[in-house]
Amino acid sequence: MTTVFGIPTQALFGQLLIGLINGSFYAILSLGLAVIFGLLNIINFTHGAQYMMGAFVAYFLLQWAGLGYWWALLIAPLVVGLIGIVLERTMLQRLYKLDHLYGLLLTFGLALIIQGLFRNEFGSSGLPYSIPPQLTGGQNLGFMVLPNYRAWVVAFSLVVCLGTWYVIERTKLGSYLRAATENPTLVRAFGVNVPRMITLTYGFGVGLAALAGVLAAPIYQVNPLMGADLIIVVFAVVVIGGMGSIMGSIVTGFALGVIEGLTKVFYPEASNTVIFVIMALVLLVKPAGLFGRER
Amino acid sequence: MGKKLLIGLAALALTAGPAHAQISDGVIKIGVLNDQSSLYADLTGQGSVLAARMAVEDYGAATKGMKVEVIFADHQNKADVGANIARQWYDADKVDAIVDVPNSAVALAVNQITREKGRALLVSGAASSDLTSKACSPNTIHWTYDTWALANGTGNAIVKTGGDTWFFITADYAFGHALERDTEAVVVKNSGKVLGKVRHPLNTADFSSFLLQAQASKAKIIGLANAGGDTTNAIKQAAEFGIVRGGQNLAGLLVFLTDVHGLGLQTAQGLIFTESFYWDMNDKTRAWGKKFAERNRGIHPTMIHAGVYSAVTHYLKTIDALKTDDGSKVIAKMKETPTDDPLFGKGTIRADGRKIHPVYLVEVKKPAESKYAWDYYKIRATIPASEAFRPIEQGECPLVKK
Amino acid sequence: MAITRESVTLPAVSTTPRHQYVAFGVMLAFFVVAPFFVYPLFLMKALCFALFACAFNLLIGYAGLLSFGHAAFLGSAGYLTAHSAKVWGFPPELAILTGTATAGVLGIVIGALAIRRQGIYFAMITLALAQMIYFFSLQAPFTHGEDGIQAVPRGVLFGLLDLRQPMTMYFVVLAIFVGGFLLIYRTIHSPFGQVLKAIRENEPRAVSLGYTADQYKLIAFVLSATLSGLAGGTKAMVFQLASLTDVHWTMSGEVVLMTLLGGLGTVFGPVAGALVVVALENYLAQLGAWVTIVQGVIFVVCVLTFRRGIIGELARILRKPL
Repeated sequence: MTTVFGIPTQALFGQLLIGLINGSFYAILSLGLAVIFGLLNIINFTHGAQYMMGAFVAYFLLQWAGLGYWWALLIAPLVVGLIGIVLERTMLQRLYKLDHLYGLLLTFGLALIIQGLFRNEFGSSGLPYSIPPQLTGGQNLGFMVLPNYRAWVVAFSLVVCLGTWYVIERTKLGSYLRAATENPTLVRAFGVNVPRMITLTYGFGVGLAALAGVLAAPIYQVNPLMGADLIIVVFAVVVIGGMGSIMGSIVTGFALGVIEGLTKVFYPEASNTVIFVIMALVLLVKPAGLFGRER
Repeated sequence: MGKKLLIGLAALALTAGPAHAQISDGVIKIGVLNDQSSLYADLTGQGSVLAARMAVEDYGAATKGMKVEVIFADHQNKADVGANIARQWYDADKVDAIVDVPNSAVALAVNQITREKGRALLVSGAASSDLTSKACSPNTIHWTYDTWALANGTGNAIVKTGGDTWFFITADYAFGHALERDTEAVVVKNSGKVLGKVRHPLNTADFSSFLLQAQASKAKIIGLANAGGDTTNAIKQAAEFGIVRGGQNLAGLLVFLTDVHGLGLQTAQGLIFTESFYWDMNDKTRAWGKKFAERNRGIHPTMIHAGVYSAVTHYLKTIDALKTDDGSKVIAKMKETPTDDPLFGKGTIRADGRKIHPVYLVEVKKPAESKYAWDYYKIRATIPASEAFRPIEQGECPLVKK
Repeated sequence: MAITRESVTLPAVSTTPRHQYVAFGVMLAFFVVAPFFVYPLFLMKALCFALFACAFNLLIGYAGLLSFGHAAFLGSAGYLTAHSAKVWGFPPELAILTGTATAGVLGIVIGALAIRRQGIYFAMITLALAQMIYFFSLQAPFTHGEDGIQAVPRGVLFGLLDLRQPMTMYFVVLAIFVGGFLLIYRTIHSPFGQVLKAIRENEPRAVSLGYTADQYKLIAFVLSATLSGLAGGTKAMVFQLASLTDVHWTMSGEVVLMTLLGGLGTVFGPVAGALVVVALENYLAQLGAWVTIVQGVIFVVCVLTFRRGIIGELARILRKPL
């Protein structure tokens, strides 16, 4: 068994860094979910499947079109985002008048369909996708070797997360969006095309999921089940951060990644469950989440 | 395929003599129960169904006047699903034998039910050596491999070549524990040391944290006591963290041809593990392997597929001699009869249900060494049949008279 | 905001409407005759899930609370029943009782914690707590993790009925199901049930009328949990196996599927839904991943165009509540 307190500080730093890297995935994914829920009141259970589709699009681009990673970063979010827009237009729109738990059930069903179809076609052993040549290798930090690719993931996620936060909280476009969710009729009266904004925002949130998928492809296996168990964890992150809060999910995503990393050192079997313990605690004490506002 | 067979056999059945009166319902029904859709689907799945069908065809069941039907189902790696299917097959669908059953939890459950109902179970996919020990049964034969053989083959070979300090990364369920336990025993027996272990939940996507711990332990060998997606993930990520470059080596304790194919030779090169069959070993296996691949979308057979073929062949041979498909009787006779097929060569089956044949220590080739598609392994050593499996006295099978 | 069922407005009825007697009779007749034509184990599975779905429906259809963690009750009752029968040697009636009681206690604990919040937060708390139960089931030695508790003995009920005979077992299961079903029916149509509906429709108003909403919701939750436990314990006896599948969060999703398909808030809906879903899984088992695809399609279709569910639509056509 791993030693509990005898763990050298070097190894601890290594684990913290790993936790930060995992946290960046949680952050981008929960960011997409938070955007969609916070602004649109849609509980997008399909997020995990859309993350998976992003990774697959990257794989297809490489296999069929010879387009590498950097292209995939651009194209995959657009493609999957477009699919998301189609979903929104054809199905989700009909549910806005109803209790938003119906949206949850619908997206849950869609996730089952998408995952099932991919599994039928591609099995679940996983497909290989290599790290882009510009990012291979690692830096020897003394206490561990930090793969360049993972460092890139952290940096890129931070940029994307902060960029999104900035757009939503600090720009005019963002303010229209926030206003539209609070009072769509009034905003419409001002001449803003609310339904189109909602559709585009959903597409954006889905695109973020796909972006996370492309980031994940070189590290994890590209496989149809990659989003399945991840989705409830990401949900937990969003709930803890506060379902309406963008900054909340970003901070919580990174923080939870670190906590999970520490758990893997001291009590690895529980690493999948610690997030739920925290979620339960937060919900009991502050149900709106750490950064959220009660709706 | 099945329909033609049945029509042809129906005609033959009309001319068949009283010898077939003891085959229940006149049909020998074989059920292939395995994982068709999740992490073990490529190494068992439809490939095993194909292997079973090929065995029926190659044995010439039709010409011998035997009606044989092969059906299949997906147990989704869940003990309850597998148990239900087995029960339904035996009670309502008149299945006489179940084959394959990867995932030790499911195999143990089906083992129990098969014994209750007096049918036959031929395990190719599952690993737990308990099937021929505490859980041994007069209705079950454990065919292709088990955790003891893997631990013994891989563990011994590695320790003897200098890998004497180990760190285990183990899947936290019965199979992983068994594999870790059996391998640790081998390491310790050879004066090696286990410097640490860490358990991860089944289906873990990210091994970075566990690999770092393994790195920190400075063990020469990092043993992966897991399978399928967990193993391939761990291997991929080990490459990223420069584990091998840093001087440590990975020991995959359960790796299949399809895993290597999924990883690619660039990542998998140098891996050493134990298998009981490789399609490119000799002319007979090559011929069979190519025939199989043609019908399996180009995917070459794993040892599990080969095991299903071998088991079904021997099963049919025994029924032909015995003229009955009563499970307990057939299994008893199968144990008495030596086996011979183009894939595993000559072998025997022990009283505890353990099929005995040689196993091979293989190493994955470097990309430059691979000359054609699926040319992945070089055979480092052959472990003779007499040493490959746990000695019968060391097991706890009540069927074995001491 | 709670999920409400869209139905025709009906006058309040205090006595059982005649057509519901008829419906009950049809259901009973079907289940009495069916085992002679259909594989009894399959029907027993359907009955256990029907009870589970009815219990779940009590919570969502009548109290308006969507729980994502109901698998915790099904599964833990299953484990305790299996363990007590196999290891402690309890006779079947005590074993099932043990399982049911376990679920009840768990229901009190989880309910007390979750009731404090509403809507999606309530659902999330139940999910989180259920995940912790899953983790416990995975780690606790007595559950044997992925292997599950196998070879659970069926024994002899009350010293008289040998449950190893499939038909005997079947009729015992049917009796348990009918008992649970009638209990739920009485609850729905009692004053307690009326208050629950009032709370679901407009909680502040109910509170202003003097009802402590939290207490009522908690009682409904515990009742739902206990009956789910009864279903779980019985199922463990039927299949002689208790496994992780029954505590996994996808099982919580399945019961939502069954109830949604059958008709949220209808009396007979969950039974129909359970029957259809179990039949589908059985029939499609050959086709592997298609099971999940079809389940997904059912979810989507039900939410978009078939919100009343099978029995709900039937009720609308007949213009009577079912």
